[in-house]
Amino acid sequence: MSANHDGANLLEVRGLTKIFGTLTACDHIDLNIAKGEIHALLGENGAGKSTLVKMLFGSLEPNSGEIFWNGQAVRITSPGVAKKLGIGMVFQHFSLFEALTAAENIALSLDDGSPISSIAAKARALSYSYGLPLDPESLVGDLSVGERQRIEIIRCLLQTPQLIILDEPTSVLTPQEADKLFETLERLRAEGKSILYISHRLEEVKRICDRATVLRHGKVVGHCNPREETASSLARMMVGSEVQAVVRAPVEGIETAQPLLEIRGLGRKPATPFSIPLKNISLNVRAGEVIGIAGVAGNGQGEFFESVSGEVLQQDAASVRIRGKDAGGLTITGRRLLGAAFVPEERLGHGAAPRMKLSENLLLSRHATDGKAFVGTGGMVKSGAVYAASQRIIEAMDVRKSAPDPEAAALSGGNLQKFIVGRELDRRPSVMVVNQPTWGVDAGAAAHIRQALIELSRSGSAVLVISQDLDELFEISDAIAVMHNGELSKPMPIAEATFEKVGLLMGGAEPGHAEHTLETA
Amino acid sequence: MMRLELVKRPQRSALFSMLSPFIAFALTIIAGAIMFALLGVNPLNAFHIYFIEPISQVWQLHELAIKAAPLILIAVGLSVCYKANIWNIGAEGQFIFGAIFGSIIPVLFPQFEGPLVLPLMLLLGMVGGAAYAAIPALLKTRFSTNEILTSLMLVYVAQLFLDWLVRGPWRDPQGHGFPQTIQFGDSAVLPELMPDAGRANWGFVFALVAAVLIWILMGRMLKGFEVRVLGSSPRAGRFAGFGLNRMVFFAFLLSGALAGLAGISEVSGAIGQLQPVISPGYGFTAIIVAFLGRLNPLGIVAAGLVLALTYLGGEAVQSALGISDKVARVFQGMLLFFVLGCDTLIHYRIRLIGLALTKQEAPAKLEAAPKLKEAR
Repeated sequence: MSANHDGANLLEVRGLTKIFGTLTACDHIDLNIAKGEIHALLGENGAGKSTLVKMLFGSLEPNSGEIFWNGQAVRITSPGVAKKLGIGMVFQHFSLFEALTAAENIALSLDDGSPISSIAAKARALSYSYGLPLDPESLVGDLSVGERQRIEIIRCLLQTPQLIILDEPTSVLTPQEADKLFETLERLRAEGKSILYISHRLEEVKRICDRATVLRHGKVVGHCNPREETASSLARMMVGSEVQAVVRAPVEGIETAQPLLEIRGLGRKPATPFSIPLKNISLNVRAGEVIGIAGVAGNGQGEFFESVSGEVLQQDAASVRIRGKDAGGLTITGRRLLGAAFVPEERLGHGAAPRMKLSENLLLSRHATDGKAFVGTGGMVKSGAVYAASQRIIEAMDVRKSAPDPEAAALSGGNLQKFIVGRELDRRPSVMVVNQPTWGVDAGAAAHIRQALIELSRSGSAVLVISQDLDELFEISDAIAVMHNGELSKPMPIAEATFEKVGLLMGGAEPGHAEHTLETA
Repeated sequence: MMRLELVKRPQRSALFSMLSPFIAFALTIIAGAIMFALLGVNPLNAFHIYFIEPISQVWQLHELAIKAAPLILIAVGLSVCYKANIWNIGAEGQFIFGAIFGSIIPVLFPQFEGPLVLPLMLLLGMVGGAAYAAIPALLKTRFSTNEILTSLMLVYVAQLFLDWLVRGPWRDPQGHGFPQTIQFGDSAVLPELMPDAGRANWGFVFALVAAVLIWILMGRMLKGFEVRVLGSSPRAGRFAGFGLNRMVFFAFLLSGALAGLAGISEVSGAIGQLQPVISPGYGFTAIIVAFLGRLNPLGIVAAGLVLALTYLGGEAVQSALGISDKVARVFQGMLLFFVLGCDTLIHYRIRLIGLALTKQEAPAKLEAAPKLKEAR
């Protein structure tokens, strides 16, 4: 299917600029979207993609520049104006009420006051016609992330938009669910609708997009036809330089190595109505290996991390064992003292206190393990030693910052993540558990972090990585297990693992719960 | 047409962090001048009587110290609570229970005398205040009750309990029916610092020592770090391995003990016996002191002196100009109001924008929406 290039442009953007304080988030952006094309917007985190689409959707006002819609100059002052023009948007972070049904959520965003039953009927019809089956009566809280995204898409389509903006839509989907979405997008294109597709996943952009605009540091660095590019040439455009590939030497004799982290029959009741119960999870991580845990977001990874880290204690002390000792009844401090280190998913507010300096954030996770070095008699903090250690980590991890010891919130996401990972690596922990090590981190920093995790394992530590990014897991893991609905599959050695096998498990196709048949099957 | 816009600062402003109490004080003075003018007195004259005269002689400075001591003692304790994001509003009740516990010895065992009496009284005062503060802590950790409500309501329980004590079981039999206990014996009275110069007693020294100790605790010690982490981001605190429930007890017991110490110091120093009312609202005024002092123990010493002056000034304008001494409460209220208002400047810049320019010159409008949670 080829794009309709000869048709008039649906949307034209000229010199769009947005300034936040001293930062020029978007700098004279030019962009044309033709009728009936899927147009990719590529760029690293912080390149200005989100700012640009927020201006197109009316949730930010540009400082200067013009937007033409069907050749007419327009000012998009609010999302309402955008919707009236025919611009719809599916956000990366959903804005749905979990305690309401799908239909009620859709009704909330339509302001025409039609009864819920007719909206539900319309939504059902539309969802089936686009191959995205959806039960409008189901509670959002009970739905998977992929299904929630369908609600967002249906909600958007109900407003019959001409242009649909999708922000990182596949980041929450299994490979099979993503395939399903691509079929829908191609169908929409065939109907003459235009799609602005934001992503940093190059393979899928190459697969479905007709044209691409690449942003870097708020500027357009190129327009191209992604089908004529390679993934690495696109990456070079995005990053501006070659990204160092991660090197993973194969490990030998791992079967006989000693398990440093053992999880045996770990279970957990749901803490809130919308959290996932953990069911009988067992896993060994041996000295010298990296085990990856794949899974679609919201399948119990957060609950699992809390249980392993000791932020939540277990009834059965033997359900989590660290270096051969029962740790299920120990707090996070006790588990750290056994040699374990943890990096949570959320950087600000969980892994780090946003309004505290980096040196203080070093103390956050290491006040007990490095008690002698950092805390003196009578509980006095040796701030000199803490500061020196934090500078050592900043140097080792190449953390870029604006002040000698800035507040954590003043760092970019990638640099803060480098510091948080470095803070734990600096201890040479024998067990390292990381949740989403490179979420929202730019390519260069991500490669750095991944390499560091591999090196830690090769120096004799056990490394457990929970991630939604399959590319990452295939890059660094020696074996991959999949978490689905609070259950964990057996780890699959990397030599046997394929995207397809892992993707099927992510969708729930494991022997034992075959009733979750996939629509793609 | 012009309009004002709040623009979030990337980092909290150190300058305004320091300036904001002074701006607040200046605004209070301006509002106070308007109030005096409306009351029909010359503001300049009134201010002189209110703020200058009460501290123009040495003995008056001693009075200032007497009023400031309980305010500082209570406020440094509260500052630890508030830094931990735990809202103890009941220091007044803890103050009263400290006074009651500490008075057990001089009231029930007046024959027990000697150098041990006073230290024991002070210790009992701290135990009393801490025990009373343990109630809202227990309710919060056990039943997730809101500590603002429970600690506040316990103030009224304490006030009525004291009232009943001095009218009933603890009333002085030789007191001609007055609702008060017997006068404390000599060894139960907190000595004056410089009896020749004025009435100020050791309570003021306790306040200064407490301020310095809490300053070291908060700035230099792991425990203080724990307080700040749990207060600013509880989830990061949990990740650090700090227990929130333990912190609730720590903060309440510490602030309760200091309020209790203030209570017994006041009773054994300035008053010399228990009576139905032993505090002109020190426990509540100390909340203003804590915030005016930026929750910094050394800032609290200065703020305590300022607030003590509002009490003295209130009495002075009452006697000199015939204005109700409730004017002191008005000043205290305005001061807290302006302090909290000026805190906005620490996290936000104010921009003055002409409407004609807004299209070009109003960046970061969305960012500007005040995030009150963060601003706190």
